[in-house]
Amino acid sequence: MPLIGEGLGFYYQKEQWVFKDINISVEPGEVLGLSGYSGCGKTTLARILAGYMPPLEGRVLLDNNVFRQRKFRPVQLIYQHPEKAVDPKWRMYEILTESYIPSQDILDAFEIREEWMNRWPIELSGGELQRFCIARALNPETKYLIADEMTTMLDAITQAKIWHSLLKICQGRNLGLIVVSHEKSLLHRICDRIYAVGQS
Amino acid sequence: MDKKKPEQNTRKKMVRMLAFSTILLLSILILSFILGDTNLRLNAGSKNLPPSSKHLFGTDWLGRDMLTRTIKGLRLSLAVGAFASMMSVVVATVMGTGAAIFGKKVDNAISWVIDLFIGMPHLVFMILISFIAGGGIRGIVLGVSFTHWMSLARVVRAEVLQLQNAEYIHISRSYGKSAWFIASKHILPSVFPQIMIGFLLMFPHVILHEAALTFLGFGLSPQTPAIGIILSEAMNHISTGKWWLVLFPGLLLVIVIKSFDNIGEQLRIMMEPTSSNE
Repeated sequence: MPLIGEGLGFYYQKEQWVFKDINISVEPGEVLGLSGYSGCGKTTLARILAGYMPPLEGRVLLDNNVFRQRKFRPVQLIYQHPEKAVDPKWRMYEILTESYIPSQDILDAFEIREEWMNRWPIELSGGELQRFCIARALNPETKYLIADEMTTMLDAITQAKIWHSLLKICQGRNLGLIVVSHEKSLLHRICDRIYAVGQS
Repeated sequence: MDKKKPEQNTRKKMVRMLAFSTILLLSILILSFILGDTNLRLNAGSKNLPPSSKHLFGTDWLGRDMLTRTIKGLRLSLAVGAFASMMSVVVATVMGTGAAIFGKKVDNAISWVIDLFIGMPHLVFMILISFIAGGGIRGIVLGVSFTHWMSLARVVRAEVLQLQNAEYIHISRSYGKSAWFIASKHILPSVFPQIMIGFLLMFPHVILHEAALTFLGFGLSPQTPAIGIILSEAMNHISTGKWWLVLFPGLLLVIVIKSFDNIGEQLRIMMEPTSSNE
């Protein structure tokens, strides 16, 4: 049951297509890279695939089914800016357990420390917050993960560590992973296949 | 160099200020029940007495004890104020949230109603509503709450509109959380400070309008011991040198409103994550 985008098209201003006729598919366990120059619609495509907004043309299929409302969405998106992706009025343990209660293995894999749990989001750095965001997206029901410039603002060592843990978990669970990035070297290093957006 | 005392924890200080304001308001409330009605009887023997140990706030031109009148008046004014503020806050929250959540058509309709209410002259509208409702406390409560919700509704609407597009709310939706969960756990805590401030700013308004409506003859009846009535009556006597009639009730009113303001402010700061460690 691959995640398939069929003939996707989208525009923000009428008839000025950001992209059109995009056919894309990911198998479980596959790592697909999305590359492209800035402003070519990588993030828009990621949001459409994750079901955050409907495409203006075409459709997104998963299990031969379109997304259902009011249910956990098996395609989870991880945002570029973790500080915007957490509720500033919640404590960290509330944020972490909003969708499910992660096992200690996952917390250890991303080096999430016990002492962070009782803090507010503003008291953690971007990298620390991003680890929470990844951990909470790894719900047992998650089938596909879309990482939209997930580690762009992290230093190289943290980046390597996070990708290492994430790829291991994805392999173990047979999750499909879509990596959106403009960093060619990162994509070549971790992806099985690379799809270039905006070069048709 | 002398040794300084260890820096006071801001949080502890705030808790103490909060406790002080709350105890002050509570003691006024309790006092209003303890003081009997006997001091409110007309007494020709003790007319226009200046403040003394027997009558702390003095007596008025009918020989009534001003302390009793002020405390009892404050209780009524505060009750009316709290109720009317709450009503208008509820109206504002419902209207503002509704405009933000239920799409363009509802938004247009509610914005039109807001414009309509803002366009009407304030006092005239209030007199009309209070007159229709039959005057008295009910008239004042309805009049004030239906003419004061617009600005807060606009603030709430803008705030909720902005929050709706926040990434963490999109994520919460992708977890399959219900609209109710998102509204109560994500949106409400963020707009709560605005609502709280709106509630507290409404207080002086209500009390002043109560006095204004009463003055024009559409509000409370003159024998009710409301703070607005006490003050407007006292205005007639201040030129003859009876300063205690206006000074003490006015002072107490300011203190009470300030305590309310203080409680709201301390609560707001304490709920703010940025200040949690100060």
